[in-house]
Amino acid sequence: MHSSHFRPLDVENIRKDFPIFATTPPLAFLDNAASTQTPRPVVEAMDAYYDTYRSNIHRGIYRISEEATAQYENAREKVAQLVNAPRARQIIFTRNTTESINLIAYSWGSANIREGDEIVLTVMEHHSNLVPWQLLAQRTGAVLRFMEITDEGLLDFTQLQDLLTEKTKLVAIGHVSNVLGTINPIQSIITAAHAVGAKVVVDAAQSVPHFQVDVQQLDCDFLAFSGHKMCGPTGIGVLYGKLELLEEMPPFLGGGSMIRSVERDVSSYAELPAKFEAGTPSIAEAIGLGHAVDYITQANLAALQVHEQELLKYAHNRLNDIEGITLYGPSSPHQKAGVISFNLEGIHPHDVAGVLDTHGIAIRAGHHCAQPLMKRLDVIATTRASFYLYNTIEEVDRLYEGLCSTQKLMTRRRI
Amino acid sequence: MNIYQEELLDHYENPSNYGTLPNPDISHEEDNPLCGDRIRIDLIVEDDIITEVRFCGHGCTISQASASMLTEEIEGKSLTEVKKLSRDDILDMIGIPLGPIRIKCALLALKVLKAGAYGIKCWPGEEDE
Repeated sequence: MHSSHFRPLDVENIRKDFPIFATTPPLAFLDNAASTQTPRPVVEAMDAYYDTYRSNIHRGIYRISEEATAQYENAREKVAQLVNAPRARQIIFTRNTTESINLIAYSWGSANIREGDEIVLTVMEHHSNLVPWQLLAQRTGAVLRFMEITDEGLLDFTQLQDLLTEKTKLVAIGHVSNVLGTINPIQSIITAAHAVGAKVVVDAAQSVPHFQVDVQQLDCDFLAFSGHKMCGPTGIGVLYGKLELLEEMPPFLGGGSMIRSVERDVSSYAELPAKFEAGTPSIAEAIGLGHAVDYITQANLAALQVHEQELLKYAHNRLNDIEGITLYGPSSPHQKAGVISFNLEGIHPHDVAGVLDTHGIAIRAGHHCAQPLMKRLDVIATTRASFYLYNTIEEVDRLYEGLCSTQKLMTRRRI
Repeated sequence: MNIYQEELLDHYENPSNYGTLPNPDISHEEDNPLCGDRIRIDLIVEDDIITEVRFCGHGCTISQASASMLTEEIEGKSLTEVKKLSRDDILDMIGIPLGPIRIKCALLALKVLKAGAYGIKCWPGEEDE
């Protein structure tokens, strides 16, 4: 990707593209690690498909089907450029990150993982990058091994040499923790994994939306992310894979579109990417994702990252002022993406989120689909604020004030 | 309407019948896997009448306050009467509108009670008719 000349985000104008913020008082949406809001250009692109060229792709011998096919494939090109994939056919459209990882686990995993092989994960993985590997291990007799974290929420690299052996066939790792915000140094893990001959899956659900990710520079074997966390619609996700791996892999789902020819008992399969896109895909959503890629790249990912860092630093400072607050994850915002997890002493996270909701602040509370990490942190749940390009310093102030009034309301505690 | 009202907060802050019983006739404990809220209910039952009740546990305001309210409601009642308590009775007791996630918090105590007393395992309101 070509990095354009740096200019800060024009947040005021960006917010005008999101009708959901047009209320008084405006919604303070701080649950972006779960799902982001959708700007008008993305909705309009999907509307245009439905209103003017709605049709199925790839086989229609008429104009609007050709148009739909062209737009769908154009979205693939845009996604390929976003992550610097060498070829667009290395981009497989799925429903979401979870489906992308399951695709790898079923297709590549079933063909390559044997009893006694080891799969290395980290204790901070989202369930979507854990449960598919548990299922694969149960099917094959493979063994899961875990990289631990330090008390500060950083990966414990002292273990890495013991974990990576000739038995290691796969390393599956989240680029950014959805709970702690930790940006993991995956480049060095990928290099170390390749040195023992293991393949590497990167769960990039929390990284691709927030900063430049280059699959060629990383040299990862697979990378997965979701459209709905980057201004795109729900129902569209992405799997990137190295060409030779994707070509060797057996199909995941069978059906229409993924075949070359079909006999009664046997079929031959289509070339990439169709081999992994059985059935009618999420056409409008893929087109929407293409426009979401345009939207965030035009806003400028480098500027977006700077903006989120500013919000994060400010939030760290303000929230740290609150008596009885515990922040989880690295103390230095520089090692984090725009996620801040915390608990207020003596107040259940659901109550924190419940009271903030009455102040028009949307925030996450719960285990964040990372139960092993909750156990490691020795908490039942946490409260989490997460930022995106439309969030403002004023919203962080509202969060701070909301937390203070939550404490006032709730600190009369059971003795 | 704000779900964090005085009455609810009072129950959370000063719960009725909080604690455990040394030799309960019925004692049952469960959690809500969605949020980790946990409630245990102990009962002394004499001739089908609940003569003593205690609850303990941890979780959000809604789950703990509804448990406190429920224990007040059932003390002195017969197990036969208590079996008729429904999802709607609990929601009436709470008296404020709750979203689908928080409804589970409100219903956890009744679920624990019914599982302990009658072996009914499902969430109140989701029984097979």
